[in-house]
Amino acid sequence: MARHVAVVGAGPAGLAAAAAALRAGARVTLVDSAERPGGQYHRMLPDAFAAERPERLHHDWRPFDRIRRHVLGDPHCDWWAESPVWSLERPGPGESRPPRVHVLRGPADGSGRERRVLDADALVLAPGAHDRVLPFPGWDLPGVFTAGAAQALAKGERVVVGDQVVVAGSGPFLLPVAASLLEAGSSVLEVLEANPAATVTRGWARRPWELASHGGKAAELAGYTARLARHRVPYRVGRAVIEARGEGRVEEAVTARLRADWSVVPGTERTVPVDALCVTHGFSPRLELPVAAGCELRDAGFVRVDDDQLTTSPRVYAAGEITGIGGAPAARTEGLLAGWCAAGGASGAPEIRRLHRRRDQARAFAARLAAAHPIGAAWPGWMRPETVVCRCEETSYGALCRAADDQAGGSGHAVKLGTRAGLGPCQARVCGPAVADLLARRGVTAAAPHHRPVAQPIRLGELARPPYEEESAP
Amino acid sequence: MARVVVLGAGIVGAACARELARSGHMVTVLDRGGPAAATTSHGEGNVLVSDKGPGPELELARLSRRLWPEIVAGLPDAGAVEWEPKGGIVVATTGAGAHELGRFAEAQRAAGIVAEPMDAAALAAAEPYVTRDVAAAVHYPEDAQVQPAGAACALLADALRAGAALRTGCEVLSGVVRGGRVTAVRSSSGTFGADVFVNAAGPWSGELARRLGAPIGVRPRRGEVLVTAPMPPTVFHKVYDAGYVGAVGSGAEELQASAVVESTRAGTILLGSSRRRVGFDDRIRPEVLSVIARKALRLFPCLEGVPVMRAYGGFRPYVPDHLPVIGPDPRLTGLWHATGHEGAGIGLSTGTAVLLRDLLHDRKPEVGAEPFRVDRPAVLGEGEDL
Amino acid sequence: MSARLVRREDDAAGRRPDVPIEITVDGVPVAGVAGQTVAGVLLTNGRRAWRRGPSGAPRGVFCGIGVCFDCLVTVNGDRDVRACLRRAADGDEVTTQSRAAEES
Repeated sequence: MARHVAVVGAGPAGLAAAAAALRAGARVTLVDSAERPGGQYHRMLPDAFAAERPERLHHDWRPFDRIRRHVLGDPHCDWWAESPVWSLERPGPGESRPPRVHVLRGPADGSGRERRVLDADALVLAPGAHDRVLPFPGWDLPGVFTAGAAQALAKGERVVVGDQVVVAGSGPFLLPVAASLLEAGSSVLEVLEANPAATVTRGWARRPWELASHGGKAAELAGYTARLARHRVPYRVGRAVIEARGEGRVEEAVTARLRADWSVVPGTERTVPVDALCVTHGFSPRLELPVAAGCELRDAGFVRVDDDQLTTSPRVYAAGEITGIGGAPAARTEGLLAGWCAAGGASGAPEIRRLHRRRDQARAFAARLAAAHPIGAAWPGWMRPETVVCRCEETSYGALCRAADDQAGGSGHAVKLGTRAGLGPCQARVCGPAVADLLARRGVTAAAPHHRPVAQPIRLGELARPPYEEESAP
Repeated sequence: MARVVVLGAGIVGAACARELARSGHMVTVLDRGGPAAATTSHGEGNVLVSDKGPGPELELARLSRRLWPEIVAGLPDAGAVEWEPKGGIVVATTGAGAHELGRFAEAQRAAGIVAEPMDAAALAAAEPYVTRDVAAAVHYPEDAQVQPAGAACALLADALRAGAALRTGCEVLSGVVRGGRVTAVRSSSGTFGADVFVNAAGPWSGELARRLGAPIGVRPRRGEVLVTAPMPPTVFHKVYDAGYVGAVGSGAEELQASAVVESTRAGTILLGSSRRRVGFDDRIRPEVLSVIARKALRLFPCLEGVPVMRAYGGFRPYVPDHLPVIGPDPRLTGLWHATGHEGAGIGLSTGTAVLLRDLLHDRKPEVGAEPFRVDRPAVLGEGEDL
Repeated sequence: MSARLVRREDDAAGRRPDVPIEITVDGVPVAGVAGQTVAGVLLTNGRRAWRRGPSGAPRGVFCGIGVCFDCLVTVNGDRDVRACLRRAADGDEVTTQSRAAEES
């Protein structure tokens, strides 16, 4: 019987994994919480829009469209849309199966969704990443969006978030977001990269031969830059939004020049009237599923994988941003390798050796990306004691520091329970990295920041009912 | 004046450290992790009298319940404790359960517990969202709740103010024994000498005692709690089904579950509870969560559509006869135990500390310590695999 | 100006004529277009914020992809629906929510 590979996530990595697993002869179940495949990178318009030229909103649409049709049309592929994974159940000691995948099927956050359980022979995790936004005064005002939100709304449902917009933060993602906003007809006042030119150039210009293999990515970025230039949108480096102000909604952004460590150069503050502010300081990999699967992380908080994308958890493979932020081309290559190996494909084939090479180049690219757009250590200087760090529970910077400095209360768990930072509905997905950073500076190790055994909310009524399989059993 | 090393900075260790430091002893608290990092921060924060039948544990619970508000009132950071004397309501949903509950409550009343039978109208007034399908309900106004990690840290802070020292990241590896007396413990960060060592390591106290050469029969018993998304106020007391007492009292390895429902100050609702003996296996099992959800919905059907945003699990220190272990170890002079409280350690911590202090000072304690002695079959192991 | 839907005539993606839908928000009829998320409908109707944090602070869309839970609404009686993930359906009854007792 063919091997059954479950792939979680239908973005660039997951789709590639499904395609490679099918090619290796496996049966595939591809699950994603969204209605359509593509992930965040190829976020598709809803069916109801019946768009005739969706390719106009996407870089690399054609290869994506090809692989999407190929995978979803394959009779050996089961495509589960609107199917978030809410739990991964690790096998007991001595069991050699991968974790059991517990899925909810139905409209987003619906109430009568069906519980399903997937028992596969191998699992590929490709859940992707989301924006990492550092807290700053006013970041909780309505009208402050993550850059990803602005892009998802523009690309995914043709909504522009505002007309006087500043895009700020760090990383190459600023460019496509600004380009999406311009395409949708909004006016982008400026794009601010917090890292100074020296840092960015040092990161990108060193060992240029490594970039050659990423010509696609470079060309894509060049395209965005050209669009910015056409619209005369200034791209400023070494400058950041350090505060958002307004009554009940964002009305102005305070920008300032930064030193290399992201400390503010006094006297360089400027106030810019805006009706929307889009911010990103990098990406946070979605780690709750790999952590639930028992996968080890490596130092910087990414999933550790071997040469074949196998994690430290038996029969669990990982691909895409959870192994390192490298963008869509890297994710696709990792996905192909992961899917092929998860399906038991032979690893000696020349095309697999080529994939390994391409993957290694992609990793070098990811390392370079991280070097060119690091987070400056002095960012907490933007905050005031009353600045909200945890948006859900409104824990302030001051309260967090006081809790961490309390000698008798200083364990990560005690700080979490005492301040409630990270205990709200988002379960530390947004504030987690900032809280961990701030606590580490005070000698406190944050309590299991990616430990979310309930990976997506499940309503009590849904949880109370047995999964579909059990119901059909005699 | 003795040199005391308390092993464990959970709620029981914190309470003992506080009591002993305030009595003038030189106290050092060691923990392999940090304060309140393990069992203490993985429970609901119960301070209960309602779930205990007449007997030594109830006496300890009554003492502890009396001490809690006195101690909280004297703490400079009392707010962190989140002391909520909200009261408990026990509900029976079957005729047989109602009969059992009635008898249980009557025996408790005879022992001095306030246990007020509620009619349907009183129950509906106290808990508007609880099921109407109730055969009997009893109100226990003395039941209370704390935020357990906050409470432990506040007790520990008070111990530090009284001169105690805290060493974290410090795992005990073995003991230094001379002439039948433990004189020091070797740890991952140095050797600590003392006259008295208090084993307050909760579910790990069995292993710790083994490392010191005096094994005791305290084992982990797994529990899980579901946490809902924050809600407008829906549950006003600690509400649990009468089956809870049976599940607590059972010694079975397989899953025991009964509904325990209560809200927190943040608006979340905590849904317990499960009891399984699976060693230190920390996997969270969806089918266990399902059972908890089913039981909770039987009590509060209106929670059907409420999302669960989190589940957490922990290990309770379990002793087969369900009584804590408090007192000196007869086999090893200098070693004392304050452990084995299973799911009741938060509530019983304050009384345990006072009891330990009195025993250490050779004073007659307020409640009988005999039932908690170390030298009993359930602890020193007859038949069970230690 | 606030958020708005790209006009169909200007839409480079060439979407077909919009199919109007109507939902209610706290009982008030609000117009939308089939395919929009609940968040999209709210934003394009001039709403920036519709939830209150624990302190009463206004909240709307932040992450837009289901991560931050800032945009929670009640849809047809189901609490805590992420407005940015839920496709709006004609006739949906959306109510805004908070943790406070009076709005329950």
